[in-house]
Amino acid sequence: MTDLTLPIARQRPLDPPDEIIELGRQGSMHRMTYADGHLGWLVTGYAAARAVLADPRFSNRPDDMHPPIASRADLLKKGEFRVPPGFFLRTDPPEHTRYRKLLTGQFTVRRMKMLEPRIAEITDACLDVMEAAGGPVDLVQAFALPIPSLVICELLGVPYEDRARFQEDARVLVNLETKADDAVAALGRTMAYLHELIQRKRKEPHDDLLSGLIEGGELNDEELTGVGFLLLIAGHETTANMLGLGTYALLTNPGQLAALRDDPAVVDNGVEELLRYLTIIHLGPFRVALEDVEIEGNLIKAGEMVGVHLPAVNRDPSRFPEGDTLDVTRPATGHMTFGHGIHQCLGQQLARIEMRIAYPALLRRFPGLRLAVTPEEVPMRSDMSIYGVHSLPVTW
Amino acid sequence: MEIKADTTVCIGAGMCALTVPQVFDQSEDEGTVVLLLQGEVPEELEDSVRRAVTLCPSGAISAS
Repeated sequence: MTDLTLPIARQRPLDPPDEIIELGRQGSMHRMTYADGHLGWLVTGYAAARAVLADPRFSNRPDDMHPPIASRADLLKKGEFRVPPGFFLRTDPPEHTRYRKLLTGQFTVRRMKMLEPRIAEITDACLDVMEAAGGPVDLVQAFALPIPSLVICELLGVPYEDRARFQEDARVLVNLETKADDAVAALGRTMAYLHELIQRKRKEPHDDLLSGLIEGGELNDEELTGVGFLLLIAGHETTANMLGLGTYALLTNPGQLAALRDDPAVVDNGVEELLRYLTIIHLGPFRVALEDVEIEGNLIKAGEMVGVHLPAVNRDPSRFPEGDTLDVTRPATGHMTFGHGIHQCLGQQLARIEMRIAYPALLRRFPGLRLAVTPEEVPMRSDMSIYGVHSLPVTW
Repeated sequence: MEIKADTTVCIGAGMCALTVPQVFDQSEDEGTVVLLLQGEVPEELEDSVRRAVTLCPSGAISAS
């Protein structure tokens, strides 16, 4: 047995837990006890993480998984929280391949670049409202959440004015303290909403991604609902938290903020560095071994869980020297914030473009942007499976 | 330098097209890798091509 269980509490808001930092110093792979007593692994090293996530001998299907933390244990009990059909993140090939290939054409670098003018327009509109209202405002509600939310709604063809019907449930689903019953109910509500929307679109198609998938005829309504759910949640809870937490990180590192604001040539790499340094996917991903696999001399037995600690991996000193420092000019590509292997983020090129537009637009519109509270008063999302700030009071 | 691309392995993450758009593109329908260059890779792009190979999440491209 091992005494190690997954630590979550952070001592400093932008650094992984101290126990994780110490583990990373000791090695790249560690035995870890999961919440149901299962003895599995935790990976903190960059090379080992890449090896695990690229290896088809590890599954991402939920069936044989063990919960990493206690609050998720009852959620994983068989039958209580079924992964919906079409939620292809939690499938393996060839099932995964079938869904992913239907979508990849919609998220190419070129297609996402075509959205630039519209994203810039949405960003400017948010900034106009902020400017007219005057500070202080909560940057999450005024900027970080509405930009990606509007963009993904328009892309999918989900009416933005319906957002009250899924944004709150998305929060419930990523909250680590949500009870199983509440999670099942939240999932049920959002799925019912999307199922109804799919049926409406079947009768009355528009020029959007979901209508296109319906027209393609490859997926039934249940699968379409699952795909829509995955894309909607993934489009909401990710970039929104990067924009909120990233702004917090910049406001507490004024030299980095100035570099990103004043030099357009820094922006693209600066976004990669914020992705690396902040690593908002802070609990996982997790895989289960389908057969015995040896990684860096460690034998992972069939049935054993492997957790990849992305915040630690993205600060592995062998890959990112002085990784505990935010430096928007360091070569930051190669970070694993979007994952690695076949499940690497489908929407990553959209996320990049949103951030490349939104951060500099915010910083240039309000050169005097500052926190309206002390840094210690900003509520961090330690209780959510995706890290960030719950709110960010700012003024200018 | 010779580049090989395997569209059956490709998952359309777009890292190659993002890194070296002079060499890699993505198909309209499936978003999988398309090689834009026939023949030799210009020397000044070789480092970027190597970086793209490393960044590819699915091992769909190789360079030798």
